[in-house]
Amino acid sequence: MRKALIATLSALARREPRIVLLTGDLGYTVVEPFREEFPERFFNAGVAEQNMIGMATGLAESGFIPFVYSIATFAALRPYEFIRNGPVLHRLPVRVLGIGAGFEYGSAGPTHHALEDLAALRPYPGLTLVCPADCTQAQNALLKTWDLPGPVYYRLSKNDQLQVPELEGRFDLARTQVLRNGEDLLLIALGTMAANALAAAEALALKGVQSTVLALSSFNPSPDSDLAEWLSRFSLAISVESHSVSGGAGSLISEIIAERALNCRLVRCGVRTAPDGLSGSTAYLEEKHGISGEALARTALREMEYARYSK
Amino acid sequence: MFGTETKKSTAVSARQIRRIILEQSRRAHVGHIGSALSVADILAALYGQILNIPAPDSPDRDRFILSKGHAALALYAALALKGFLPEAQLETFCADASLLGVHPEHVLDGVDFSTGSLGQGLSIATGAALAARMQDSPRRVFVLLSDAECNEGSLWEAALFASHHKLSNLVAIVDLNSQQALGYTDEVLRIPSMPKLWQAYGWDAQELDGHDSAQITRAIRNLDTAAGPPHVLVAKTVFGKGVSFMERQIKWHYWPMSETEFKQAMAEVANA
Repeated sequence: MRKALIATLSALARREPRIVLLTGDLGYTVVEPFREEFPERFFNAGVAEQNMIGMATGLAESGFIPFVYSIATFAALRPYEFIRNGPVLHRLPVRVLGIGAGFEYGSAGPTHHALEDLAALRPYPGLTLVCPADCTQAQNALLKTWDLPGPVYYRLSKNDQLQVPELEGRFDLARTQVLRNGEDLLLIALGTMAANALAAAEALALKGVQSTVLALSSFNPSPDSDLAEWLSRFSLAISVESHSVSGGAGSLISEIIAERALNCRLVRCGVRTAPDGLSGSTAYLEEKHGISGEALARTALREMEYARYSK
Repeated sequence: MFGTETKKSTAVSARQIRRIILEQSRRAHVGHIGSALSVADILAALYGQILNIPAPDSPDRDRFILSKGHAALALYAALALKGFLPEAQLETFCADASLLGVHPEHVLDGVDFSTGSLGQGLSIATGAALAARMQDSPRRVFVLLSDAECNEGSLWEAALFASHHKLSNLVAIVDLNSQQALGYTDEVLRIPSMPKLWQAYGWDAQELDGHDSAQITRAIRNLDTAAGPPHVLVAKTVFGKGVSFMERQIKWHYWPMSETEFKQAMAEVANA
């Protein structure tokens, strides 16, 4: 997703002189094409993320559209108050590219796991939050949001092969995308979890359970109407996120169910526990936290069983 | 409501800035008086002599960032004297539904950036200076820092970037009043030599009298803002300058004035 995004950014930069790229000394083998094509619009800010966001604020006020690039935790959390008092408070078109959604930096350990970036950034009404599910959608989302007047945070995958064919690259702000139709269960996947939710749906189908799978990629503005519409058709929904269940997709969907008094039970699949020191691959961590395709299928079957008993 | 009352003032003087600081902090019964008084002569030099601001929204105006946002009242005073802020609007300082809070808001004409959280202004200024260079604009960027603000690590991230990229159009002024909220800077976090610290980061640094507007003006006019390193003026100031009972007194970081104190302060400033 990183390379696809930089390719699209370069294409935009060819016709848009306001685009500038800053990196916090990260993006080896990713940012070079932009640097080589636009050396005068590329800056390595060094390992100094707070200053990088502060500078982007100053650049944006002068008419530029600065993109800042780092690992998601360093892009969103280290300079958090700079984002708050800079682009958010001044309503300036700074774009933060946070790489490595959830557990993608698996064995790099908890300092590199972005599990609360959306929760931290969600309270700001003017900050657009985009969580692409695959490379093509990321490119399309960039094309549809790069020139918004306010700031944008992109929660990106570092997997350059990630494709969800069912998505066909679709993206619209404040909308969900349907990836699969089924009548028994609703799976709502945040960003990169679309692939896992589809794997779960496939496994469930073998057991005779038919699922609808929604991609939730526009986190702010949130697709409230779409979500309410789909939630109202099901008695059981599962939210899937490589993020804390607090402040992320599970929280958003809970709010919609509560505020609209929808008759749907929600099971939130995501991170609920503190780091325990054990690291490993992305697959290991996703399985451990119940968001791998297999774990999601197990959870779905258990919850449907529970629903049958409690009727 | 104040639109028609804006007038072009003839002089942005430190004495008038101090008068407004005292009047408005008395009326609003708020503190930060000492911090605002300490920068009155610096703002008089900037807004009276240095800053090229044809209008508050001219794209090629010089930028000014009051990174020590808690001295906003001094900035409002300078903006009013400059004619960018209707004097009557000063009366809304700290009132409900006012654009004039304790810290400056960019929504107010003449305020380029909102500040109040220390350690962020130099980064924004660095970005603004980089933008000016990329746009081939002659505009300069001035940022007023407090000495205690130099406790913030983020400020030194910006200092490194600005010197590495030789942002000669960036001018930082450190209000070296040697005090901070809870004590004297030497007692809280001592910086052995402010100019040497900046020089170590690759800046062109000089020390001067922060209460001599003419000296500040001369020094800035002599800077090479077209080439070379970024510049810092370490302006030695007296906290609470101009009001004898406030000078160098920690309590006047936050303390508001009584009526008696206000009268004495006004008399001292008027006769200075």
